[in-house]
Amino acid sequence: MLKIENLHAAVEDKEIIKGLTLEVPAGEVHAIMGPNGAGKSTLSYVLTGREGYEVTEGSATLDGEDLLALDPNERAARGLFLSFQYPLEIPGVPALTFIRTALNAQRKARGEPEVTAPEFLKLARSAATSLKMDFDMLKRALNVGFSGGEKKRMEILQMAMLQPRFLILDETDSGLDIDALRIVSEGVNALRSPERSMLVITHYQRLLDYIKPDRVHVLAGGRIVASGGPELALELEREGYDKYARAA
Amino acid sequence: MPAVKQTVEHVESLEKYKHGFVTEVAQEFAPKGLNEDIVRFISAKKDEPEWMLEWRLDAYRRWLELEEPTWAKVNFPRIDYQDSYYYAAPKTGEGPKSLDEVDPEILETYKKLGIPLREQEVLAGVTGAPKYAVDAVFDSVSVVTTFKKELAEAGVIFCSMSEAIREHPELVKKYLGTVVPTSDNYYACLNAAVFSDGSFVYVPPGVRCPMELSTYFRINAENSGQFERTLIIADAGAYVSYLEGCTAPMRDENQLHAAVVELVVLDDAEIKYSTVQNWYPGDPETGKGGIYNFVTKRADCRGARSKVSWTQVETGSSVTWKYPSCVLRGDESVGEFYSIAITNGRQQADTGTKMIHLGRNTRSRIISKGISAGKSSNTYRGLVSAHPKAKGARNFTQCDSLLIGKQCAAHTVPYIEARNGQAVFEHEATTTRLSEDQLFYVMQRGLSQEEAVQLLVNGFVKDVLQELPMEFAVEAQKLVAISLEGSVG
Repeated sequence: MLKIENLHAAVEDKEIIKGLTLEVPAGEVHAIMGPNGAGKSTLSYVLTGREGYEVTEGSATLDGEDLLALDPNERAARGLFLSFQYPLEIPGVPALTFIRTALNAQRKARGEPEVTAPEFLKLARSAATSLKMDFDMLKRALNVGFSGGEKKRMEILQMAMLQPRFLILDETDSGLDIDALRIVSEGVNALRSPERSMLVITHYQRLLDYIKPDRVHVLAGGRIVASGGPELALELEREGYDKYARAA
Repeated sequence: MPAVKQTVEHVESLEKYKHGFVTEVAQEFAPKGLNEDIVRFISAKKDEPEWMLEWRLDAYRRWLELEEPTWAKVNFPRIDYQDSYYYAAPKTGEGPKSLDEVDPEILETYKKLGIPLREQEVLAGVTGAPKYAVDAVFDSVSVVTTFKKELAEAGVIFCSMSEAIREHPELVKKYLGTVVPTSDNYYACLNAAVFSDGSFVYVPPGVRCPMELSTYFRINAENSGQFERTLIIADAGAYVSYLEGCTAPMRDENQLHAAVVELVVLDDAEIKYSTVQNWYPGDPETGKGGIYNFVTKRADCRGARSKVSWTQVETGSSVTWKYPSCVLRGDESVGEFYSIAITNGRQQADTGTKMIHLGRNTRSRIISKGISAGKSSNTYRGLVSAHPKAKGARNFTQCDSLLIGKQCAAHTVPYIEARNGQAVFEHEATTTRLSEDQLFYVMQRGLSQEEAVQLLVNGFVKDVLQELPMEFAVEAQKLVAISLEGSVG
């Protein structure tokens, strides 16, 4: 599914990602953990094509297709979704309008017919119910005046409706209380399938109690410095990142 | 929701300024330049009575004494008033009586602009089809007014100004120039001298006008100015909603548009006046060409509990100088101003409103959304004043500016004068730049950069768009999208 090889990327001429190699096969959930400033968020922006994040070397492909050659919206249409650490507020645009516009833009890019109004509403209602969100919230301007937890839930709702193939969750647990964390995690777990892969970026092991990863990688100094099974996350929780930060 | 989609689709199918074509019709001009003889020529062409000619000549003489205003935050070379035509009309001899007599080229022009005059009439027989009575003004003259008969049955007069001067002199004499006096300002005074046509509406007491009225202004001729004059009177308890749309061909030289709009609102009456202005904005790179839109629009809320609502979507013109105003004379009268002003390329706009509170318990509301992109400059200039007698006057002003890119400018110049202690004025203003974070967020969800800008801008102007009549709102939304094409990246 996702294959990253010897990736180097810079922001304002400062190299942040320094030769990162990673492969996430279809159906698997991989966690990326690491200390502050290791390049975790940079990696998510590079993969999704944010302006200002310049790839200087290496490659990233999704099912063999070169991701780096595509615009952000084209990557989205190929099924790449980023759940933002800090979701943005979009004044004057109701969440429903926003999601429908996005869904149709993606469908159009894939040559699929637009979603009909009844279909869309059904989809939205069921997604809201499973995330325990008040449907009226979807009629409000996207994220405007939402609490941190509500914004995160809205990200997962968008994900559930857009049905991406590859999900990147950037610090989805930050700002969530324990109940919200459980609901959000259930939402994410409901999306797990043999055709879908996930990259879960997090500081803490806590989230991984709920979203169980197949593999855990340690990102430090712009590189993957260690990989292992779920037990690696527990070790990090006990011992901290020190030895990896030093190694990097 | 569908509107956003429509915007997106529409934009894909469009050129930069799609109204930039020229229609080939035989035209008749007054000689170039301006003097008393030209004023006489225009008046004679229109078969006007002596009093009208005198009114024009008086205005012309006053105009000679006036000076062009320079206080607005706009820059343009001095206009040579002798280097322009003040009268241009399609050659049709007598004014056409019906659509069949109108030059097919002109009908085609309006069709291209998306205003199918003929279809409108044909549709009249279809139940459920929305009805819009249209007055089409082509250069200096009104070429056709639809639905006249049906309106007459309701007692509503909707015709060209020339016709009103001939057919309803008592109404014209009573109201013309009473809201915007001839010497009000330089451009209004020029208009009074040489105005060529425009629309006239009278809604009798207690009548709710059975359909939306609209005028489409088209400047076609080269080197010509357009000076239309519109007068709308809502008698006691009457209601009318009026829309105007404007387009012009792309030309390298600047053309002057100096219109005057007067609204008279009597007791308990209401006028809703909406504008979608899309005159040619000039070349986006060089700033060459485009319309100078120097317009005076004012409403006089003469009656108690009268109400006026101005809604404008200003996307065109190279220079805009325009302040639709409300004189709230009647007790408890209400004035509203909703504005979207977009500047891109090298456009300059200095626009806003004046709310003059004279009567007791008068209320006004101003919602202004300015969007600047490219190398343009966008100024909101607004006056809210309460006179000593205007006890209990209230105003709420919300003034938001959105900047797209780094080379544009936005200015807000509010003037507030409360001359009594019981007036309550609130003013809120914000300026924001379209953020890279927001753009990326929207693009990550699947929208192209252009689509993302449109979505964000549509959100920004939503409060104003919803004040427009349905049909216009969709058109306006498309315009907003087109105006901002290529504004990012």
